[in-house]
Amino acid sequence: MTVETLDITKDHCPMTFVKAKLALAKISSGDVLEVTLSGGEPLENVPKSAQEEGHKIISIEESGDNYLIKIAKK
Amino acid sequence: MRDYTEEQLERYSRHILLNDVGVEGQERLLDGKVLIIGAGGLGSPAALYLAAAGVGTIGIVDGDRVDISNLQRQIAHFTKDVGVWKADSAAEKMRAINPDVNVIPYNKYLFASNIKEIIGKYDFVIDGTDNFAAKFLINDACILGNIPFSHGGILRFDGQTFTINPNESACLRCLFDKPPPPNLVPTCSEAGVLGAIAGMLGTIQAAEALKFLTGAGELLNNKLLTFNALDMQFRTITVNKNENCPICGHNPTITELVDAEQAVCDLK
Ligand SMILES: [Zn+2]
Repeated sequence: MTVETLDITKDHCPMTFVKAKLALAKISSGDVLEVTLSGGEPLENVPKSAQEEGHKIISIEESGDNYLIKIAKK
Repeated sequence: MRDYTEEQLERYSRHILLNDVGVEGQERLLDGKVLIIGAGGLGSPAALYLAAAGVGTIGIVDGDRVDISNLQRQIAHFTKDVGVWKADSAAEKMRAINPDVNVIPYNKYLFASNIKEIIGKYDFVIDGTDNFAAKFLINDACILGNIPFSHGGILRFDGQTFTINPNESACLRCLFDKPPPPNLVPTCSEAGVLGAIAGMLGTIQAAEALKFLTGAGELLNNKLLTFNALDMQFRTITVNKNENCPICGHNPTITELVDAEQAVCDLK
């Protein structure tokens, strides 16, 4: 299992999820994507959208001013 | 997988966001090759949408030049383009929309003698022609060459389209056998068309091409979609492959391409 990281703290909807989708497309099933994003809109939408597409949210934790989300690819 | 620039990601974001398209579907679009035959009423919107979508290679064929009477519905051509080759004129707009796309204009008509060589380079064909001779030639060439294609036609307030998966779903000859004799083809005075229905029909054809390339959804295989813009009713009629079809039936009588006789007044 590999772990990839992605920083979308500077992006806005819908590019936040576009970039997450691109990163997820590049890894294999079961691999983990660690996404750093800001609170508010990205925190509300990115994990939800990932879940809707069948991926699994492993954890959501605070990381300084931002949040770190671990997503396991379906 | 490609390395997308920030600009490309932004450009294709609304497709990537779709669950049924996604990054994988966008990759297939960028790798896709579509030939649009006719840069007129149907071909114009199809060409613009496919270029906008980032279909990697788009051929556009037309042996005619832009006439001022075309501008009422052939939206890839502008007033300044009157007298320019239609394929060149459309190619200019497609490149302006999306410089990523490799656009190949063919400033010529297709005949039995040259169609095979050109369509063989493409994954999918859009028939945006305006005469029966060309429509049957495209049908036969795509069936013999095993290339999926979208049939489309418009007249007055009516449009019809369906998508052919060669030897799997019904083809044009399964439905109509042969072109109508030239004297039954509508004459010039009957050749009016509401401009916007060209956009309606050509855009449906573009959507079929995008669905074919991405694999999203169900194509109009064995489904003839017709609409009439006066009452704005859409109908989908189930059609079947005809085992006696002269080209895709059990005992085909058409095994090579021939040019059909063309009506004296071609609908433009
Ligand atoms: Zn047939």
